[in-house]
Amino acid sequence: MTLRRYHGATWDEPLVMQLGAPGRRALRFAPVEREIHNAIGSAINLIPAGARRRSRLVLPELSEPEVLRHYLHLSQQTLGMMGISLFGTCTMKYNSRMCEAVTSRPQSAETHPAQPEETLQGSLEILRRFDLILRALSGMDQFVFQAAGGADAAWVFVCLARAFFGTRGQLAERKEIITSIQAHPCNPATAATAGFNVITLPLEANGYPSTDALRAAVSQQTAALMINNPDDMGVYNPNIKDWIRIVHEAGGLCFYDHANFNGVMGKVRARELGFDACMFMLHKTFGAPKGGGGPAVGAFGCTAELAPFLPAPSVAFDGRSYRLQSTGASLGKVREYLGNIPQIIKAYAWARAMGAAGITEASDLSVLINNYMEKKLLEIRGVTRSHPNLRGWRMEMTRYSLGQLYEDTGVSAADVQQRMVDFGIDAYWMAHEPWHFPQPFTPEAGEMWSKEDVDYWIAVLRRISEEAYSNPEIVKSAPHCQPIHRVRTEGLDDPERWATTWRAYLRKHGQ
Amino acid sequence: MPERDAPLADEQPHPGAHPFMPSSLPDAKAAMLASIGAPSLDALFEQIPADHRCTRPLVLPDAITSEAELRAHLLELLSKNISCEENLSFLGGGCWRHYVPAVCDEIVGRSEFLTSVWGTSSSDHGRNQAWFEFCSQLGELLGLEMVGLPVYSWGCAAGHALRMASRMTQRRRVLVPRSICPERLSIIRNYCGLPQMSDPICVELVDFERHSGLLSVPDLKTRLGGGDPVAAVYVETPSFFGRIEPGMSAIAQAVHDAGAEFIVGVDPVSLGVLAAPAEYGADIVVGSTQPLGIHMHGGGGLGGFIASRDEPRYAHEYPTLMLSIAETTVPGEIGFGMSLMHQSSYGSRDKGKDWTGNSTYLWAIASAVYMSMLGPTGFQELGNSILQRSHYAAKRLAEIEGIHVPYASGFFKELLVNVDETGRTITDLNRALLRARIFGGQDLSEAFPDLGQSALYCITELHTRADIDRLVAAIREWIRA
Repeated sequence: MTLRRYHGATWDEPLVMQLGAPGRRALRFAPVEREIHNAIGSAINLIPAGARRRSRLVLPELSEPEVLRHYLHLSQQTLGMMGISLFGTCTMKYNSRMCEAVTSRPQSAETHPAQPEETLQGSLEILRRFDLILRALSGMDQFVFQAAGGADAAWVFVCLARAFFGTRGQLAERKEIITSIQAHPCNPATAATAGFNVITLPLEANGYPSTDALRAAVSQQTAALMINNPDDMGVYNPNIKDWIRIVHEAGGLCFYDHANFNGVMGKVRARELGFDACMFMLHKTFGAPKGGGGPAVGAFGCTAELAPFLPAPSVAFDGRSYRLQSTGASLGKVREYLGNIPQIIKAYAWARAMGAAGITEASDLSVLINNYMEKKLLEIRGVTRSHPNLRGWRMEMTRYSLGQLYEDTGVSAADVQQRMVDFGIDAYWMAHEPWHFPQPFTPEAGEMWSKEDVDYWIAVLRRISEEAYSNPEIVKSAPHCQPIHRVRTEGLDDPERWATTWRAYLRKHGQ
Repeated sequence: MPERDAPLADEQPHPGAHPFMPSSLPDAKAAMLASIGAPSLDALFEQIPADHRCTRPLVLPDAITSEAELRAHLLELLSKNISCEENLSFLGGGCWRHYVPAVCDEIVGRSEFLTSVWGTSSSDHGRNQAWFEFCSQLGELLGLEMVGLPVYSWGCAAGHALRMASRMTQRRRVLVPRSICPERLSIIRNYCGLPQMSDPICVELVDFERHSGLLSVPDLKTRLGGGDPVAAVYVETPSFFGRIEPGMSAIAQAVHDAGAEFIVGVDPVSLGVLAAPAEYGADIVVGSTQPLGIHMHGGGGLGGFIASRDEPRYAHEYPTLMLSIAETTVPGEIGFGMSLMHQSSYGSRDKGKDWTGNSTYLWAIASAVYMSMLGPTGFQELGNSILQRSHYAAKRLAEIEGIHVPYASGFFKELLVNVDETGRTITDLNRALLRARIFGGQDLSEAFPDLGQSALYCITELHTRADIDRLVAAIREWIRA
């Protein structure tokens, strides 16, 4: 395959703080009417003397086209999904631009969450309709959308667990949450933040913790199990129903982190497996854009038994109109208002565009193309996969290792990542900490990338493997076709050198 | 056009692949199955035991296959909303209608920003630079050198900041104003935990003076002087009631004398005219990014920030990702990288600082654009405009017989309006205003019963004199009715 010539746009764009000239401006506000001025006097007198700004603001002064051009340049110096992005665990999907256009209209963008319910019937109806779709997919009894990301939905769960055990007077004894080392870090992290003690089960030879290990961890102190399945190595824990039974028998709750839903959409239902609660990431699985890390939504669903504890408010429908309701048992709020409404509208639209057959087919395609990809990738010199002992098909992702390549050539997974962007391939996901396999990488093709896209991605990796064995320096010194060269990481944790703002940089670096 | 056999009118062509799924074609699937030697699609799911599979078919509403129909469907649903462009709105209280420049929308709508996920520091350099410019310009407004990447919301930022302070001081008692937005308080309570759990933080409310709406400094001092040592005092200016705290330096002194951290919540659009929090001794500053170039989106426009002095004791407690300027392998070239990644939940799981994840990063870019459009003059003009317009509203409202504006000066953007003298309720007033196509202020009578029948009115740079006069006329009408 002939690889395309590619070079990222390079503008040598200065920082906005270095642009412009005194007196320029990009926006003016309507002058305050004379009558207001006459009635009120000057603004400065409306501020208590001690509260007035004394220092002059040092902000850039630019004209409107200068601002526009500056940020257009920055956008062009961002690869995003302009090339091919197979970022594992994030399920890269097409983000409908029609949805972007619709949600930017005033009926969505210019609504206030505290408006009277009768003036938000459209938004509330979409929330309710989408709730029903997620119920059908998961078997849960109710969903809420307040959580502003997948990790925030894990936070909803641990807060809900506190509320649930609190009303039963069991908080003092139910202090442990069990998870696996392969579960997303947000699960142990939110559990610890909520004040639970975290028990992390290690992986065993089959790629998941043993049921014996779970049994040993479960006790009357168990509040909950928080788990992904499949994990991001593409391994499905076939004992999960037993696990849930064991945790339930001990009186604990079970939460399904559905970050890896793409491989099992229409194949399993969280509730039928026995889970009490689950979450879906609308900015991943349901086609809302990533935006570089949000705005996002972790849709949180649970059983009727747990529903009274959900964050408030939730949307109710009386057959005629939609209204907001809260219960006395509610855990309260994890974030202000109802959730990131535009992302929910986009996710609803995605589900409607796909339909039941389309959603099921998407998981078929995700698993098919991953296994297609796996076969080809394993033919590349230096590439192996996690748990080589495991035979059979993986789910929608496979964890690979470049440990062999690294041993042979000194080229690391990070080097390869930096070299792939020279071909317009967005960085792959490596693996969450801790790495179980040396030099890991985790592509996920999902349903949106064509076979040609995936073939191209594979061809680029093959080319880089060849480079690693023939001319490793070109990989180690990559990238060569991007707006800047490789960033040096040595100073990033040094208080004398780090600078998260321009003013810190100027002070520390004496310029 | 060459002649060909026209299809019969009722004959549909093969629909082809789904527009979002290039391989949703029988041939494409068969070819891939053949190339891996799998007998069927179903065989690929062999890892899932049979008794795990769905017990009943997935039934969803019918797919809407054309973009035009789907768009029409969404627009039909959304047409049941009434927006704040159609009605005149005085709602605020944590989500505000400011002008969003078209350039902000253009930039955050760019596909590169919209679809970026993580990238490398070279290939997503432009996005990283935009984030750095967000932190840098916000730092200028606050007078602080350290700013983390954004969090979910103001309430979440306050929750994290209180936890940071508790870890720094090893103390477990925090003081929060009683006049705080109830939504934020509920979020903070969740962040601070429950007494039966490990390491709970006790949240205690500091009263406000009824006559002024300001923080009660005597009550603050009493609480600082007795009980368990205080980790942090959280104060907002402007407060939820819109009041500008006049004595922040003295409050900071009292807080620091007690060995506590001083956390301040601000509305960033006020900082063109109000003192930078660093100037009066704030240690950690939090607030909302939504007013900085982001539409309300029914609450979906929210974002939060955490900032502090650039000292290791603060830096080492941030739960957020921290983007730092950095050198590249080429001398003189500047890039950006993540600082202190190991202390995040990505680096340390349950041993990390709280947790982080997807947040509101796209909105940080909107805010960077917004701040660079306003510059120093724009922020000053914006602040002045809001001050004058909101005080004009207070003056006009107070002239109405039966309407009381308890704190008629020294506020920013938001003010309380009380209708107790009318013997009627805010619910009743808001119903009448709605008929006049006005969204009245947020009803506070449930959350703050001791304020009586009061509502929180928000006036921004978008409210003209005519808008305010229209509100006044509608309220007069209600009083007459």
